[in-house]
Amino acid sequence: MNSELLALEGVGKTYGTVRALEDVSLTLHAGEISCVLGDNGAGKSTLIKIIAGLHQHDEGRYRIGGEEVRLASPRQALDRGIATVYQDLAVVPLMPVWRNFFLGSEQGHRRWGGLRLDADGMRATTREALARMGVDLHDVDRPIGTLSGGQRQCVAIARAVHFGAKVLILDEPTAALGVKQSGVVLKYVTAARDAGLGVVLITHNPHHAYLVGDHFTLLKRGRMAGSHPRAEIGLEQLTTEMAGGSDLAELSHELARPTDPEPREERPKP
Amino acid sequence: MSTTDVLAQDRPAALRRLLARPELGSLIAAVAVFTVFALAAEPFLRVASLGTVLYAASTIGIMAVPVSLLMIGGEFDLSAGVLVTTAALTSSMVSYQFTAVTWVGVLVSLAATLAVGAFNGWMLGRTRLPSFIVTLGTFLMLTGANLGVTKLVSGTVSTKPISDMEGFAACRWLFASEVTVGGLTVKATVWWWLGLLAVGSWVLLRTRFGNWIFAVGGDAAAARAVGVPVARTKTLLYLGVGFGAWVLGQHLLFSFDTVQSGEGVGNELIYIVAAVIGGCLITGGYGSVVGSALGALIFGMASKGIIYAQWNPDWFKFFLGAMLLLAALLNAYVKRQAERGPR
Repeated sequence: MNSELLALEGVGKTYGTVRALEDVSLTLHAGEISCVLGDNGAGKSTLIKIIAGLHQHDEGRYRIGGEEVRLASPRQALDRGIATVYQDLAVVPLMPVWRNFFLGSEQGHRRWGGLRLDADGMRATTREALARMGVDLHDVDRPIGTLSGGQRQCVAIARAVHFGAKVLILDEPTAALGVKQSGVVLKYVTAARDAGLGVVLITHNPHHAYLVGDHFTLLKRGRMAGSHPRAEIGLEQLTTEMAGGSDLAELSHELARPTDPEPREERPKP
Repeated sequence: MSTTDVLAQDRPAALRRLLARPELGSLIAAVAVFTVFALAAEPFLRVASLGTVLYAASTIGIMAVPVSLLMIGGEFDLSAGVLVTTAALTSSMVSYQFTAVTWVGVLVSLAATLAVGAFNGWMLGRTRLPSFIVTLGTFLMLTGANLGVTKLVSGTVSTKPISDMEGFAACRWLFASEVTVGGLTVKATVWWWLGLLAVGSWVLLRTRFGNWIFAVGGDAAAARAVGVPVARTKTLLYLGVGFGAWVLGQHLLFSFDTVQSGEGVGNELIYIVAAVIGGCLITGGYGSVVGSALGALIFGMASKGIIYAQWNPDWFKFFLGAMLLLAALLNAYVKRQAERGPR
C-alpha cells in the first residue's frame, strides 16, 4: 500500500496576524483512513480548506499524487479527485436528492447536444449509486432537507464515490448525529475505504476515530501534537492525548476539592 | 438491523409532491380571482375583455419571468421597473439623434439594458453587498438619468416621435402589433410573454444552468463547494432581467411612439409581487416561472376586473398587498412542508 494519494509537508497558514496552522504534515494512501483530531480552534477547518482548495497554504508543500500543487479553487481539487463533504454545507436543502447528487456535474442528454438535462437518467443513476453504498431511497425527488443528517452525509459520500473521487475529506461527519446515525455514517466511511479511496476523517471524537482510523494526527492550536499509526496507539492513550494529556492532569489538580470529601454527618439518608 | 431500513420509506409521494408544487397556491388564487370577477362583472367574461386582461398580464409577465428566475437565484432587482423606461428612452433617442433607422436604436438599447444587468451582477459579485442595496443604487441612478438625459437631449420630459423613421413599421410589427381572431385581440407582448415563459421554465427545470439557479439561491456556499460558478450564474440572471426590460421597453416605444421619462418607478415591486404570488421564496432557492405567469395573470385579471365590476380602482393596490402577504405566508408553509420529513 505505497500509492501516496496526497501529502502535506510542513504546511502553514496565516490569516493576517493570526497563525492558524503551523508545520503540519500528513500522508494519505489509497484504502486508508487518516483521522485528524483536535479541539475547536485547533486548525482542523483551516487544514480542510487548504486540502479542498478553498484557501491556499503560505508555507510548506502540498502534493497530490506526487505532484506539488497550489489549488486556486474547489473545482481544481475536485478535478484532481479530492472531494470534500462538509459538515453543514454538503447540500442545498430545498433541492431534490437527485439534483443535489449531480450538482456541479450534471449529465446532459446526448440528443440535445448535452444542453438538456437527462433527468430520468440522473434519477436512475442516483438511485443506483445510493443502493451500491447500501442506501435504499426510492423517492429521489424529495428535497434533500427532508433526510436526516446521517442520510444527507451518506448521499454526499455516495456522490463523491460515484464521481470517481480518489480522496474523500470528511468534516466532522458525526458531530451532529446520534449514536445510531453515527454508526451508519462510519459504515459508509469504511465502505468508501474498501472501494479503494483514501479518507481524511476530521473529528473531535476519538471514539469514532478509533473505530475506523488507520492513522491519527492530533492538532492543537494550529500545530501537530502527535502523529501515530494505529499500531502504536491505543484508544485510551488517544483519548487522553485528545483531551489534553498533561493539561488535563493539571486541570484536574486545580479543580480538585481543597480537602478530600468526607462523609457529612448531617446529610439525610435516602 | 440492515442499513437499508435506516432510510425510512416515503409517505404517499404523489400527493405530497402535488402539495409541494410552488405554483399550487397561485393556481388556486387565479381560479378564485377569475370566479369572483366572473360573478361580479358581466363584461369580464366577454372575449374582448380576455384580450385586455391578457395584455395587462403580459406587460407584467414579460418581466416576471426573468425576475422570478433571479429570485429563485436568491437576488432582487429593484432597478427592473425603471430599466424598462431606460430601454425605451435609449432606443428612441439613439434613433432620433444619430440615425433615422429605428433598428439601430433597438440594438443599442439591447446593449444598454444588458450592460446595466451586467453591472448589477458584477457589483454584486465584487462587493458582496446585498442585491437590495446594489440594485436600489442602480434604481435611483437610472431614475435620475432617465429624466436628466431626456431633458438634456430633447428639452422636455418626453422623447420626440420617431414614427416617420425607417424601420418603424417593422419594429412596431415585432413589438407592438396585434392580431384579432374572432373578437379576441392578442397583442405582440402576449407572444413575447409566452415565448419567454416557455424558454425560462425550460431553462430552469431542464438544463444544467437551471440546476445552478436553484443551487445558488438555496445555498450559495454549498453550490460553490461543488464547483458551481456562483457569481457568473447570478450575473446571467441579471442579464435576463435586462433582456426582459429591453423587450418591454421596445413595446412601449413602438406602441406609443414617444416615451415619458418618469415612467416605470414602482413597477419593479409589481414584478416581485407576481413572482412571490407565483411561489418564489423571498430568500431564494425555491419557486417557479410558470407560477410567476399565474401571478401576472392575477394582476391582469384584478386590475381590469375591478374596472369591469365598476368598483373603486383605488382599492386595487390594497388587494395586491393582501394577495402578497397571503402568498408569502403560503410559500413559507409550503417550504416547511417540503422540508419536513422523517427525522
